[in-house]
Amino acid sequence: MKTKSPSVALFIPCYVDQFYPQVGIATLELLEKLGCQVTYPSGQTCCGQPLANAGYARDTVGTARHFIETFNDFDYVVCPSGSCTLHVKEHFPAIAGLEIEQEALEHKIYELIEFITDVLKIEKLEGKFPHRVGFHSSCHGQRGLHLSSGSELNQPPYNKARKLLENLAGLEWVELSRTDECCGFGGTFAVTEEALSIQMGKDRLADHLQHKTEILTGGDMSCIMHLQGIASRSKQELKFLHLAEILNQALS
Amino acid sequence: MTHPENATEFLKDSQKAKWHDETLWFVRDKRDKVSKGIPEWEQLRDLASGIKDNVLANLADYLEEFERNATKNGIIVHWAADSEAHNRLVLEILQQQNCTAVVKSKSILTEECHLNPYLEKHGVEVVDTDLGERIVQFLNQPPSHIVLPAIHLKKGEISELFHEKLHTEKGNEDPAYLTQAARVHLREKFFAAKVAITGVNFGIAETGEFVVCTNEGNADMGVHLAKVHIACMGIEKILPRRKDLGVFLRLLARSATGQPITNYNSHFRSPSPEKEIHIILVDNGRTAQLAREKFRNSLKCIRCGACMNTCPIYRRSGGFSYNSTVPGPIGSILSPGLDLKKHSSLPFASTLCGSCTDVCPVKINIHEQLYEWRQEVTKTQGEFAKGLSMKLANGIFKSPLAYKISGSLMRNALKSLPNSLIYHPLNIWGKNRNLPDPPKESFQQWYRKNRS
Repeated sequence: MKTKSPSVALFIPCYVDQFYPQVGIATLELLEKLGCQVTYPSGQTCCGQPLANAGYARDTVGTARHFIETFNDFDYVVCPSGSCTLHVKEHFPAIAGLEIEQEALEHKIYELIEFITDVLKIEKLEGKFPHRVGFHSSCHGQRGLHLSSGSELNQPPYNKARKLLENLAGLEWVELSRTDECCGFGGTFAVTEEALSIQMGKDRLADHLQHKTEILTGGDMSCIMHLQGIASRSKQELKFLHLAEILNQALS
Repeated sequence: MTHPENATEFLKDSQKAKWHDETLWFVRDKRDKVSKGIPEWEQLRDLASGIKDNVLANLADYLEEFERNATKNGIIVHWAADSEAHNRLVLEILQQQNCTAVVKSKSILTEECHLNPYLEKHGVEVVDTDLGERIVQFLNQPPSHIVLPAIHLKKGEISELFHEKLHTEKGNEDPAYLTQAARVHLREKFFAAKVAITGVNFGIAETGEFVVCTNEGNADMGVHLAKVHIACMGIEKILPRRKDLGVFLRLLARSATGQPITNYNSHFRSPSPEKEIHIILVDNGRTAQLAREKFRNSLKCIRCGACMNTCPIYRRSGGFSYNSTVPGPIGSILSPGLDLKKHSSLPFASTLCGSCTDVCPVKINIHEQLYEWRQEVTKTQGEFAKGLSMKLANGIFKSPLAYKISGSLMRNALKSLPNSLIYHPLNIWGKNRNLPDPPKESFQQWYRKNRS
């Protein structure tokens, strides 16, 4: 990647922009450390997923059109969220007149970790992070983008995030009882099925606490926002960081 | 009641809910282990999915082939367009035989058609002979799971029930003791029944035979003792060739309970001398589902229940929370096709995590169909969608906090999103969860200051 600097556009999901600017900053700094030329197109808004998952995909045509136009001129679009990435790839409504641009976008948008491992072809990162880290496998990244193997499938185990994390000096990887059960965020599910959502979140947290997770990380702040919200309400001593924050800190 | 209301109720007994989750997770885990024991597992799923696609694309032809061959074998074939026709046919056969007591082995189809209450209304005693089914029948409940009908009950509850119904010792919870009591009780029913009803797991077009899978052997016991066997089969249960069973029987047992093989896979081809076999081929909404392109392949389902065992929602809300004969993820994509209004909350009873799709032995894209059903529900403004949009809109406009925090987001998003824009109604969010501390600036503001 030293020889070629692809033009990379940063797509920062709306809730990350508003609630977790530090994750956006970490993503940007990390990509720059890895030699990318990164731009944040300022006109970006939201991918429309909350609306589509609530059953109003037909009302996201304007959002999708705006998104495609905003990111059209870049080699790659990189996003620190598996869920939003998957939405752009698979759930955008077909936009008339932008068929070619839309198809190109579906192939050039990447979740941050897969961009590092699959596009930049980085096998390992040299750095230090002396903590016990528990990984929350977010469903859309895992089962949708195949960022790691699923416990349901008969396939050789792999985990793109783990590969990067495990090379960091001092990092202890936490083995969980249920490696990839959903945390119960689920977008609007978090409010329409509030009781279930909370119970699922509590169960995930219990698994991490039982296995002595010090820092809970993952590729989607939406899941982490939900888990962190439950943990802080019950005053649990867990820390939460996005993968980008860990990698960016470790590399500094 | 909607799914969220039922789920909230279920979770109130937190210990039992935890037990329910762990019990079903155990079954899912068993399935994981046994499926990883055969290297060609994923190929088997591909094959099964392909065979079922072929069946659905040629359903009419296979059904007619089945009818011809079954008739040749001496089986009497009936067709039922809906549940009423199905129930009437069963009753007519029973009346011809002057039969007022039947034994029935597990059949989700007869549950779907509400056969038991229909027959009882017409003076016929129906005894479900699968142990779990008999238990829920004693309680006047429907099954809460399609493979494990009484999975919502604990040993102690069954002990109490058997004490009342079968006069077992009070407080004796020994499973072997309780099972023995059920065996003795059911044996009498088997001997007395002139007619036995079973479901069908697979109908083979090539040979005109059908296969019934049970672990308890109760279907065989009933059928061999009775003079007449009535088999009730959904029209999607067809397989083209006998050798296709080599794919499906391997998948079914492993997916359902984590067993390498079901204990009894019984083939029925022709009646014994002096006996009759009837088979009723039932549509009941299946051809309507076949016509819905996005939802067609839900008909590939072989009723293994794996999607229920893996579903984090099902495990924590129980089968009854779905209010649908087939509960869980597969039920949530089948039932809206039967009654969209009644089942409008089911496609939303999911986080779209996709685990159901990955355990499905016939590779039904369950979570994608849940997403698609949501789009249909909101189009017709099913009861749940109406509540949903109200709730979401209220959440954002009623809460000044929500509005303040998501202010600039809203302003930006509203440029391209319609007025019904939905974002988290933070008031419900905050019931059991803290909100993130609002940062002093957004990423966008930081970027403008630092990078441009």
